[in-house]
Amino acid sequence: MARISAGIATSHVPLIGVAIDQNRGHEPYFKPILAAYDWTRHWISRPENKPDVVILVYNDHASAFDMNIIPTFAIGCAERFAPADEGWGPRPVPMVENHAPLAWHIAQSLILDDFDMTIINKMDVDHGLTVPLSAVFGQPDAWPTRVIPLAVNVVTYPVPSGNRCWLLGEAIARAVESFDEDLTVQIWGTGGMSHQLQGKRAGLINQAWDQRFLDDMVADPARLRAIPHIEYLRETGSEGIEMVMWLIMRGALGPNVRELHRAYHVPASNTALGHLVLEKTS
Amino acid sequence: MPDRLKDYLAAFDDIPGTRVYTTERAREGYWVNQFCMSLMKPANRERWRADERAYLVDWPMTDAQKEALLARDYNRLLDLGANIYYLAKVFSTDGLSFVQAVSTMTGMSVDEYQAMMLAGGRSPEGVRSIKEGS
Repeated sequence: MARISAGIATSHVPLIGVAIDQNRGHEPYFKPILAAYDWTRHWISRPENKPDVVILVYNDHASAFDMNIIPTFAIGCAERFAPADEGWGPRPVPMVENHAPLAWHIAQSLILDDFDMTIINKMDVDHGLTVPLSAVFGQPDAWPTRVIPLAVNVVTYPVPSGNRCWLLGEAIARAVESFDEDLTVQIWGTGGMSHQLQGKRAGLINQAWDQRFLDDMVADPARLRAIPHIEYLRETGSEGIEMVMWLIMRGALGPNVRELHRAYHVPASNTALGHLVLEKTS
Repeated sequence: MPDRLKDYLAAFDDIPGTRVYTTERAREGYWVNQFCMSLMKPANRERWRADERAYLVDWPMTDAQKEALLARDYNRLLDLGANIYYLAKVFSTDGLSFVQAVSTMTGMSVDEYQAMMLAGGRSPEGVRSIKEGS
């Protein structure tokens, strides 16, 4: 039987990818950014922590989806996905290999569980998906895990509520646990933390709010489920709303988790970088 | 239920210096954003760079949207329905990073903006709500 073992939350700032792709991690600006992942890179390289499959929750940034199609929740079911050309050329990273039988199984289970998923086959994956893989796995010739992309609309409002994201996470856990193959599955929630990329208020960072969010991923997740969109917008900047995707991960882990690692650093480009590794406990 | 949507949207207009990307903006900015997407193809980037005004002729945008694009007036473009992730196709074609492009919307120089970020970013104090002034 497949089982979810752990969850990772991380920002997916494009600049993290730049630091890795251009081997600039030694520069003073980038050092603390990449150091946030040192512990995680070591932890996940141990055989007992290595996932067979990662369900990677992220948002597309006008790369695979344009204004013609805006799926609230989309799951990638093709055999593999290529890195997107976002205007600077595609990132020099490996193809993303799916676990298609599990992806299709999750898609079917979610639909029967009242989540009307959009199923995507041909899709290029942008920095939202590939930057977390680089941050955690570095620069391998092939990604050491299968990856199921799960894309969430956090751009065009209304985006899904935090509570809806949490419930989707719970349904993903039920779907994984009903898959017959013996697999270790991790779920990653990406994006955030506070940042605003537009208008006169651009550059907003709210460290106190972010730190409390990190605390309550373990201490009081019920509070996080109830945070309305307007609070994310006012307190964490217009792009801080990406943090609802962390709640899909958190919902999938179930009631009991243990924090294994935490990192927080300002700035990474315009953004507060946040990173958590959570272990599912019984 | 209609009041719920009305209240949800009205609150967005109370955030200083911020345009939340609502469906109303998405409708107004549809062609601007689709134009931006066209710049993901290298051949289109070449055509755009060669003659920006000529490239825009094919796109059914308003004159105000076209002028704002030519002027790289990103705040104005946000007002006219563009979204920042779409506009990123324009400024990446110009060779600008997110920090460089985003700083142009704040009234600060790139250096001032970068210094603010290095010092911990813009505080939310006083820029949460227009009504409350908080």
